[in-house]
Amino acid sequence: MKFDAAIIGGGLAGLVCGIRLQKAGKKCVMITTGESSLYFSSGTMGLYNDDSPLEAISKLPEEHPYSKIGTARIRQYAESVQQFFSEAGVTLDGSPLGNRWRVTPAGNIARCWMAMDGVTSFDTPTPSLGKKVLIVNFLGFLDFNTSFIAESLGRLGSECTVKSVKLEEFERLRHSATEMRSTNIARALDKEETITSLVNAVKNLSEGFDTVVLPAVFGLSKEGTSGKVARGIGVETVFIGSMPPSVQGIRTQMQLSRTFQSLGGRLFMGDTVVSGEWEGNILKSVKTVNLEDIPVEADDFILTTGSFFSRGLTATPYEIKETALGLDVDFPGDRSLWYDLKFFNRQNYIAFGVKTDKNFKASKDGQTCGNVYAAGSVLSGANALAEGCGAGVAVMSAMAVADNISREE
Amino acid sequence: MQEKNISKNNFEQCIKCTICTVYCPVVPVNPLYPGPKQAGPDGERYRLKKGLFYEDTLKYCLNCKRCEIACPSGVRIGDIIQSAKMNYAGGFPSVAGMMMASTDLMGGIATSFPRITNKVLATRPVKEVLHSVVGVDKHRTFPKYATETFEKWFRKNAEADQSRYSRQISYFHGCYANYNFPQLGKDFVAVMNALGYGINLLDGEKCCGVAMISNGMKRSAKSAARKNVKVIGKAVEDGREVVTVSTSCTLTLRDEYPHVLGVDNSSVRDHISLVEKFLYKAVTSGKTKLVFKKGFKAKVAYHCPCHQEKLGWGAFTTELLGMIPGLELTVLDSNCCGIAGTYGFKKANYESSQAIGKPLFDQIASVNPDYVACECETCKWQIEMSTGYNVKNPVSILAEALDLEETAKANF
Repeated sequence: MKFDAAIIGGGLAGLVCGIRLQKAGKKCVMITTGESSLYFSSGTMGLYNDDSPLEAISKLPEEHPYSKIGTARIRQYAESVQQFFSEAGVTLDGSPLGNRWRVTPAGNIARCWMAMDGVTSFDTPTPSLGKKVLIVNFLGFLDFNTSFIAESLGRLGSECTVKSVKLEEFERLRHSATEMRSTNIARALDKEETITSLVNAVKNLSEGFDTVVLPAVFGLSKEGTSGKVARGIGVETVFIGSMPPSVQGIRTQMQLSRTFQSLGGRLFMGDTVVSGEWEGNILKSVKTVNLEDIPVEADDFILTTGSFFSRGLTATPYEIKETALGLDVDFPGDRSLWYDLKFFNRQNYIAFGVKTDKNFKASKDGQTCGNVYAAGSVLSGANALAEGCGAGVAVMSAMAVADNISREE
Repeated sequence: MQEKNISKNNFEQCIKCTICTVYCPVVPVNPLYPGPKQAGPDGERYRLKKGLFYEDTLKYCLNCKRCEIACPSGVRIGDIIQSAKMNYAGGFPSVAGMMMASTDLMGGIATSFPRITNKVLATRPVKEVLHSVVGVDKHRTFPKYATETFEKWFRKNAEADQSRYSRQISYFHGCYANYNFPQLGKDFVAVMNALGYGINLLDGEKCCGVAMISNGMKRSAKSAARKNVKVIGKAVEDGREVVTVSTSCTLTLRDEYPHVLGVDNSSVRDHISLVEKFLYKAVTSGKTKLVFKKGFKAKVAYHCPCHQEKLGWGAFTTELLGMIPGLELTVLDSNCCGIAGTYGFKKANYESSQAIGKPLFDQIASVNPDYVACECETCKWQIEMSTGYNVKNPVSILAEALDLEETAKANF
């Protein structure tokens, strides 16, 4: 099987890269083991954890993926992000060059750059939701942390009341108590009748409240459901994320995947790359579990296999490895430098990843690869958790790689 | 320190992310099914401690393997569920299940009296009895049985001719081609002969056992598996690759035997190939040439069966169909058809089956093809029963589109 570009890993970075390459006229194949960490998304994207993100980015060390892209290109990509995603069928709300704020599932206030449809973002870290706030949960839904959220909003000056609604449609779900999860609820809420039941139930409770807070479990199959609910309720409604699975992340993943395929991209789902066939520093083809002895050939290869969670990187007690192709990885030999014993401090291992040059070309056995690129959390140099830059790095490095490949023509 | 996973079907690798449950086609339509995570690796933790934690609700699993395709951690969730059904269920499989899964027995009897059998099975009173007593839903019509099995036809009409081909393969025909639709087998022989391959039957092929596995018939399934591995082994020893036409047979022979039945097939697994993969390799490596009829025209919609998605070989089918000039191909969205073999025939599952397949049926109607292409015979029954569109196996499409005479000349 021969393609212009083979993308290994179908998460946020892989899909953005694939869509951009298909739009540039390249025939792409995407090989992915399973679904990606978008399934655990907060429903928002982070650019950089600073009030002036672009300024902070310009001061980052040169090993950081943002530095390799360069401030000028970062600005250009940031300004184009909403258009790019909108053309792909995904609406993002936010200010391209700045940050907004959101309430996290644990009740903290954190920055966000872009918010997917169904999660509320604010333009201030101290949003005023009014004197009296009604937090509504679904009876039996354990993944919505109502007491943490109530405490957090309380510190901002709102008096919170927590109420549960019991809907007939959800009683069906509760036959299997451990399966009362966000996605199952969201599925039921994709139906008109369930939305109507919910809206009526909430209207009955919301008399005298300034704001209603609901878990962000709306819109699994399409955007717009949370807006419909808010309009039906009539009172100011805020949607705050629950624990995973992420309804917004799943919807976004599926939409991006559909877009990639409708642009002509081929998707090999549930398959894993097991080896690469090299000629010097050029990767000629890869072999996969399913395709067995039939290789996938491509002019260029893009590795977007993710970090430890997605098994793009593997950690042993002695080393960090890049799982699919054995590419060179940046990590300190001294294991004590990998982590901090205080769990909530900055953890260095999160920044480990594949070594790349400034064009995001990876290297193998010390030699830069001629046609193998990397993008997303598999890259070294970015600490997504401490810096709040996970999605930003994924999207921008993917765009940069796609553009670098198109430019090399 | 345990450095590698040692658990059966990788269940230790499960991080309980619930992605599998999002992907399961049953969960949105049947609230009684706990979902693959709980039925599979999550429940297995309890079942390993005490078998009494086994839940009867595992019977709602389609065995479509979509959970495995979605799993980022390499857990063979579908296999864990099927294994649990085999090992913990106890009691007897349903009459409906046993009847439909014993394809060699039923097929053998039915093809001895095909015309009467077909007539009787289609009558209302019998369908009512099948519905209320046996448990086969009355909306379902049993597929017709052939007047002559494929094997019988082959031995009478084609076997003698096969030795003149320089390249020889063995054909695992499966129950559908043998008992219900020998035309598929005939098309296979015609196409492969034109491409320069002589066909050999296996020395005692048994039903692959896919339906026995999902109906919990452990002993029958294992017995069939061992026999098949033996006869396939003989063909491989004689230097012949074994080619199949059904995606479910292929998945069962290659993967279900070791993962679910614990039957070792390592000596033969790599020599079992679905015809589309076999032909793709042969054509692209120049080993064989395809010459098509001028003026062949068809608007075709391709439905990739769930087991084909798991095999990951749908690309070979679409590539082959794409080689046919005059064939306008639409690849349908990935969606389970809902029948899952014998599953959808059972009255307890009829509504779920139809609900699962509905998006597929709707899309087929909106594409409005001349016919649907699909490698799986039970998908074929489901789509034909639920949409009224005809379904053709890609082998049969090739048989129609190829200029067999010119192809034979080109491959002489």
